[in-house]
Amino acid sequence: MGDRSLLVELGDEIGPAVNQSVQELFTGLDFQKPKGILELVPSYRSLLVICDPFILSLADLKLIIIEIHNNLDRSQLPEPRTAKIPVVYGGNYGPDLLEVAEYHHIAPEKVISYHTQPTYRVYMIGFTPGYPYLGELPDALSTPRRKTPRTLVPRGSVGIAQKQTGIYSVDSPGGWQIIGWTPIPLFDPQRNPPSLLVMGDRVEFYSITAEEADQWQPQRF
Amino acid sequence: MAAAEILEILSPGALTSVQDLGRYGFGRFGVAPSGALDAFALRIANLLVGNRQDQACLESMLLGPRVRLLTDSVVAVTGGDLQPRRNGQPIQMWRSHVFKRDDILSFKSLLNGFRAYIAVAGGIGVPLVMDSKSTNLPSGFGGYHGRQLQKGDILSAESSCSDVTIAGRALNSAWVPQYSNHWTLRVIWGPQDDHFPNKSRDLFQSASYKMSPESDRTGIRLQGPVIQPKADIEESIISEGVVCGSIQIPGDGKPIIILGETVTGGYRKIATVISADLPLLGQIKPGDEIRFTAVSPKASLRALQAAEDLIRRFDQSLSG
Repeated sequence: MGDRSLLVELGDEIGPAVNQSVQELFTGLDFQKPKGILELVPSYRSLLVICDPFILSLADLKLIIIEIHNNLDRSQLPEPRTAKIPVVYGGNYGPDLLEVAEYHHIAPEKVISYHTQPTYRVYMIGFTPGYPYLGELPDALSTPRRKTPRTLVPRGSVGIAQKQTGIYSVDSPGGWQIIGWTPIPLFDPQRNPPSLLVMGDRVEFYSITAEEADQWQPQRF
Repeated sequence: MAAAEILEILSPGALTSVQDLGRYGFGRFGVAPSGALDAFALRIANLLVGNRQDQACLESMLLGPRVRLLTDSVVAVTGGDLQPRRNGQPIQMWRSHVFKRDDILSFKSLLNGFRAYIAVAGGIGVPLVMDSKSTNLPSGFGGYHGRQLQKGDILSAESSCSDVTIAGRALNSAWVPQYSNHWTLRVIWGPQDDHFPNKSRDLFQSASYKMSPESDRTGIRLQGPVIQPKADIEESIISEGVVCGSIQIPGDGKPIIILGETVTGGYRKIATVISADLPLLGQIKPGDEIRFTAVSPKASLRALQAAEDLIRRFDQSLSG
């Protein structure tokens, strides 16, 4: 892509196997840290590598990537961490909960129980700093994006769109259906690392009350 | 030496922020590079006042701020010509000048280009956030309290070094970029150029676009011919990494050139602006005409090498 980056595609679908391949290549490159690499951005099915072309040519970078890809040791991936994220569902915290329930002809409580059921995989961090794309949402909850995106979604908002769910990490515009809110900060520029979650982590949601959220003490897992 | 307070913002202008060469290595956390949109102008501005090329400057656009010097210093303005003034008297762009305590730097109006860079000797001193002093405006961190500058803000220098003998340094006029209202940006095809039929690729290269006023630091939005993807193809792709210079074609077919405030995107990218032309993206203004021409990766690297050589030669001429 352009004259100083490669977009390495490892599949053409959203799924845990392809995403794990991306994570393995990302981890391998990050571990080896070839001189001249400025940035690694892993996503669902590809890894973006930006380099300084005067230190590392794209041709040499390609060779390094092939070499690492051919010698991947799956056991090297760290054991995935699981973050348990408390969510206040509905009301002002999740203004679209009722609409989502109506769309699927189910009770709002059912939406909550479907959403809190899976252990989600963090497929990628993107859109805004610290924003996790989580999958996969149960089919029974798969909902289209809002027709008109909101100009401001407060940080902490938990949204769903198609087969994905995510957490708004900073105040930003957004078009996902907002079903809840978490008091846990997803992004803090003063922290190292600045993002609570990284690609490959696992996430589980559980329901809390608004009063419990008010008393929440920020903590990391 | 203790860093002194150096600038007071009397009026911030249209959008003035602290920027350096950007924040790299945090894309995996969704953190975009930010940084000076015209990195060439920022690097030269720093050299003119005796700084390292990567120190923080003020980036301003269109109007320019009104600034009071709080100590004697050396100041240079580069980039778009907003017609800088010292105490109301015109001063030359791309040259460093002595400013005395209480002198006022102001700007008359935009003559050409779009963004100006103001360097002060010692650099702008703000805390490093993730290894950079750049302001991430969309997410509100870095730079000066994570925001654009406001009336009454007081900025400190990174280090106190007011060697006024540096004043008078100037970039050879033959090397000063000439900005017009018509731009031809060189691009390399891809990564999703194969999602477009030949007809669309030809149109992309022959069309004349105008920069939309809805553009911002996130992207340059273009008005003009609609670029259609191949038939029966979905509107969006699976989200993936983007770079500054990625040219996205969203559902309405109007190209968007991604700037430095985004790391991922879900629209297909027909082409990428070459690195040597990235500084121009900071100087195109709403209403300007933009055309694209495809070049080879080899030609692109030669152009980048030439741009880097120019800066190196200028740097060497200063120490020689």
